[in-house]
Amino acid sequence: MIEFDDVTKRYPDGTVAVGNLSMTIPTGAITVLVGPSGCGKTTSLRMINRMIDPTSGSIRIDGEDITGQDPALLRRSIGYVIQHAGLFPHRTVVDNVATVPVLEGMSRKQARAAAYTLLERVGLTAGMADRYPVQLSGGQQQRVGVARALAADPPVMLMDEPFSAVDPVVREGLQQEFLRLQGELGKTIVMVTHDIDEAIKLGDHVAVFAEGGRLAQLSAPEELLANPVDDFVAGFVGRDRGYRGLSFAGSADLDVEPVTTEVEGLRLSLDDAGRPLGWAGVGGLLPTEGSYHAGDSLRVVTDLTLLSPAGAAVRVDAEGRADGLVRQSTVAAYVRRRQLGRLGSTES
Amino acid sequence: MNFFEDVREYLRVNHEAVVQSLLDHIWLALLPVGIAFVLSLPIGWAVSRFGWIRHPVLTLSSIIYTIPSLALLLLLPGILHTSILDPLNVVVALSLYSLALLVRTVVDGLESIDDQIVQAATAMGYRPARRWFTVDLPLALPVILSGLRVATVANISMVSVAALIGIGGLGQLFTRGFQLGFYGPPIAIGLVLCVALALLADTIIVLFQRLVTPWTRAGSSR
Repeated sequence: MIEFDDVTKRYPDGTVAVGNLSMTIPTGAITVLVGPSGCGKTTSLRMINRMIDPTSGSIRIDGEDITGQDPALLRRSIGYVIQHAGLFPHRTVVDNVATVPVLEGMSRKQARAAAYTLLERVGLTAGMADRYPVQLSGGQQQRVGVARALAADPPVMLMDEPFSAVDPVVREGLQQEFLRLQGELGKTIVMVTHDIDEAIKLGDHVAVFAEGGRLAQLSAPEELLANPVDDFVAGFVGRDRGYRGLSFAGSADLDVEPVTTEVEGLRLSLDDAGRPLGWAGVGGLLPTEGSYHAGDSLRVVTDLTLLSPAGAAVRVDAEGRADGLVRQSTVAAYVRRRQLGRLGSTES
Repeated sequence: MNFFEDVREYLRVNHEAVVQSLLDHIWLALLPVGIAFVLSLPIGWAVSRFGWIRHPVLTLSSIIYTIPSLALLLLLPGILHTSILDPLNVVVALSLYSLALLVRTVVDGLESIDDQIVQAATAMGYRPARRWFTVDLPLALPVILSGLRVATVANISMVSVAALIGIGGLGQLFTRGFQLGFYGPPIAIGLVLCVALALLADTIIVLFQRLVTPWTRAGSSR
């Protein structure tokens, strides 16, 4: 657990980068600091490993005030990943990853052996180990950056815009893998981004910062979308928050109708194995535009009902056999009841 | 044809003196570079660490470099209380010139490093001294070593001036040639050895550079 207690960072010219910040970052979860540029999110992040010292207030990691700690030792216990990876250009990939263990006194040979395992863990091949960073793509460099941060197995990881320097397709892949890795490792992660969508996608908790280093809201992403505390947060979260909020709702409670039901004059046509072929009507076979599994989010189901020519989403089982239909009107009624329940419960 | 026979004849008679001049030339040229290199690193570090000394240090370097070498060689015995024929004068003078050149390149080299890399190293948990020797200095080496090449070659050529005040080195072959009424062979031998020595020293530094900065060539093999 990382606690900010009334932390302020004021520069000699009077600029307040962070103002009276108090927040608690829980252990074993991803907390994303997000906000417009100049809102103090990066300053806050860099105060955790004492790259910047606060003007007043204190920061504690697992109850211990970091102010009294040796900065070098503190930093070795905190993984650090930055935009463009910040790899050492004069060291090979494997030696980059071995950096912190070697600093901690591990023999180079041992540290390298461990580094090879880590490279595999972040999806790189052993063949890349002896290359120099300049010989890797941006995405590969970022993977090395993550491996380097993980090398000493620190309980805490700080990530400053780790995925912003790569193209959208690569970013998507890195984000997925990052979530998979975090699922295995369960680190306490603090990440900074300016991209609200990334914050909502990756964060277990999202801290929205406003100009002047003010923490506007810290809550689960679902909560952020559903109940922004003020106009600033609402504006920053942006459009479609109702629709985006559906990503966090399950589809298990939707009323499912049998696959044989006729919807808007169309009937689902199946192959011999029971897999959907399309919607059969007078004009012939129309595409289903995809299907969903029982574990998918309400957003996936809603999207399918919007795309389907029949206005109904097709649910399939693990083998891809159609086992139910959900109508647009069913989804709409469900979402309405859900929203009513949420707002009702907030007020009471 | 005749000229080459004269050169051969000159070498046959004076080979001991020629070899001695060459050896003198080597240490008179290289010792100052070594001294200057060792001194330029802490000075360069100090400049990159304390910004306010940057201007005075670099200005002083430029001023030192503009002092004519012959004047400096004649001034130094007075300052150092050495005899005019003491090789120490040459070593000190050339060390000053090399230092003036190398301080600037060390500063340039250290300033060429991407600050993000240094920040990342600090955030990994490097202490300042270890970081400087294992991150900053290696990254500044390509620039520093190119400065070292210039300083070395410049020194090898400048040592010849020492002969004018009677100190050894290949320059003595030039003064000998002049004394003998523009007699060609010693001048030619001195010139060839001087150029060969400069090329050899330069090649050694380039090979050393390839050895210690392999990452600078990695980009092309992608």
